[in-house]
Parts: sequence; C-alpha cells; structure tokens
Amino acid sequence: MSADPHAVHEIEMPHASMRDYVVGFVLSVILTAIPFWLVMAMPLSAGATGAIIMGFAVVQIVVHMVFFLHMTPKAEGGWSLTSLIFTVIVVAIMLAGSLWVMHHLNTNMMPMPHEPTSQTTSQIP
Amino acid sequence: MSAKTITADEPVQFYDLDEHAHPEGHSTMLGFWIYLMSDCLIFAILFACYAVLGGSYAAGPAPKDLFDLKLIALNTAMLLFSSITYGFAVLQMQQGKVKGVQLWLAITGLFGLAFLGIELYEFHHLIEIGATPQRSAFLSSFFTLVGTHGLHVTFGIVWLVTLMVQLSKYGLIAANKRRVMCLSMFWHFLDVVWIGVFTFVYLMGVLR
Repeated sequence: MSADPHAVHEIEMPHASMRDYVVGFVLSVILTAIPFWLVMAMPLSAGATGAIIMGFAVVQIVVHMVFFLHMTPKAEGGWSLTSLIFTVIVVAIMLAGSLWVMHHLNTNMMPMPHEPTSQTTSQIP
Repeated sequence: MSAKTITADEPVQFYDLDEHAHPEGHSTMLGFWIYLMSDCLIFAILFACYAVLGGSYAAGPAPKDLFDLKLIALNTAMLLFSSITYGFAVLQMQQGKVKGVQLWLAITGLFGLAFLGIELYEFHHLIEIGATPQRSAFLSSFFTLVGTHGLHVTFGIVWLVTLMVQLSKYGLIAANKRRVMCLSMFWHFLDVVWIGVFTFVYLMGVLR
C-alpha cells in the first residue's frame, strides 16, 4: 500500500522473467524424466521407487509454484501464501484421515469369498 | 492521544469517509487464486477417493494391465511444453506485443489439444477392451479423477480461444492483461495437478 490512499495505482502483477520459465522448465523435465525412468526400467525395489517418485512429485510441485505460478511470501501482501498453506493443511488432514479411516474399515471387513489370497496372506504374521 | 482540542464549530470525524481509489480488478488475482485453492480441494477429494478405491479391482484388470507409460510420458511432455509456451505468451505480454501473445497462446492451445487427444485415445482404448468406469471401483475412481482433470483442460482451451478473440478485438488493455494472468495461473495449476496424477495414479499404479 502506498502512503497516499487516494493515489490511483496500477494493478499489481507478478513480474515474470525468461530465466524463471527456462529454469522451471529444465527442472520440471529432469524431475519428470527420472521418476518415469525409475518405474519403466525398475533398477530399484518397488518400495524404494515409490518413495523416491513421491519425493520427486513434491519437489516438482514446489518448482511449479515458484517458477511458473510466481509464488512468493510477499505476493498479494502474503494472502496468496496464507490461503495456500491453509489449503495444504486441509488437504493433508482430509487425505490422511480418509486413508486412515478407510484402512481401519477394510481390516474390520468380513473376509470376502472371491478374494481368498489377500485374506490368507494378511492372516499370516 | 491528540493534543488538538475539539471546538464546537468544527465537525468531528473519527473515521475516513472518503472512498479510496481501487483500480478495477485490483483483487481479481487474489480472488482467482482462492478459486484455484477451492479447485484444489475438489481434486484432493478425488485423489482421496482414488487412494481408497484404487486397489478394489473386483477381479477385473489392474493398473499394470491397463496403463501404457510411454503414452503417459508423451502426454506429460505435451502439458509441460504447453506450460512453458504459456510462459512465453506472458513474457510477450510484458513487452506489449499483442501478436506474440496471440502466437504463443495458439501454440499453447495446440499442445493442450494434443494432450486431450492422447487422453481421449487412452480412454477410448480402455473402454474398448472392457475397462469401463462400471467395471470396478478402481476404474470408477480412475475415470472420475483423470476425467475431471481432462475437463479442466477442455475448459482451459475454451477460455484460451475466447481470450484470443478478445485480444484481437481490444488488444492489450488492462482487463485483457488481467485475463491473461488469470488463465496463466489456471493453466499452470492444471499442470501441478497433473504431476499428482501421473505420479500417484500412473506410476504408483504400475508399481502396485
């Protein structure tokens, strides 16, 4: 906000630069190619691959936010970041909660006759 | 505390009655961002559904039998290219070149159409081999999640075409600049959602 409240100010727009887009694009290509290669060539175990590609996805989302969506703590006086953090918290609670609740319900279900293998394997400790 | 004493003939004013000048659309960018956050919640719900139902095949096909990762990699590339070409459109706009904006928007639209074409081809193939949304809970949640993203891209392209018409009619006026920036947010946001889709649905699905 400027000191004079009556001044007609231009609408604030994030200033984009060629450097931002190119850096973001190159990082995105790397962060996309590695997970695809890991899954298609399978040099690691399934568990490790899963953990790594989830990590890459999180990093790539941050890269897109910073370089393509021009997210900075100061954008819109901090309100963009505040609403983003709020959304991320709600999403995290909802995703984790749904999976938790439904997992419990699934384990409490009666054994189903047409899925004998999964039931017998889960019985064995 | 003000040292000034209040005299009877002077009107007392405790608040500012004058309206401050707010340029038209000064809150549009923030408002649009908050809309995107609400859209984010829609996708989060669909991701949660897929996470819960994604393993219920009802003795039908599993992701490993259905997904062609080469096709998905191609699709991801289309969306990623469209992201940077949109970036170029924004850069052209900052330099005030309306023709450049139009050109890069058109290229972005073509990449978007390529993405949609590949996705429709994939859906058509799945439905043809019997992997329809009715087949299992996994396929219902898969088609809902990926289909909703595809619909967003479709409407993004409709908006893009509309914007190109407005740009050719009115040029780079303040309102059009604002629209270009809003669609930029929308378009990049769809790419962010796609990162979740290709990682969680396709790559993790094939791993499962």
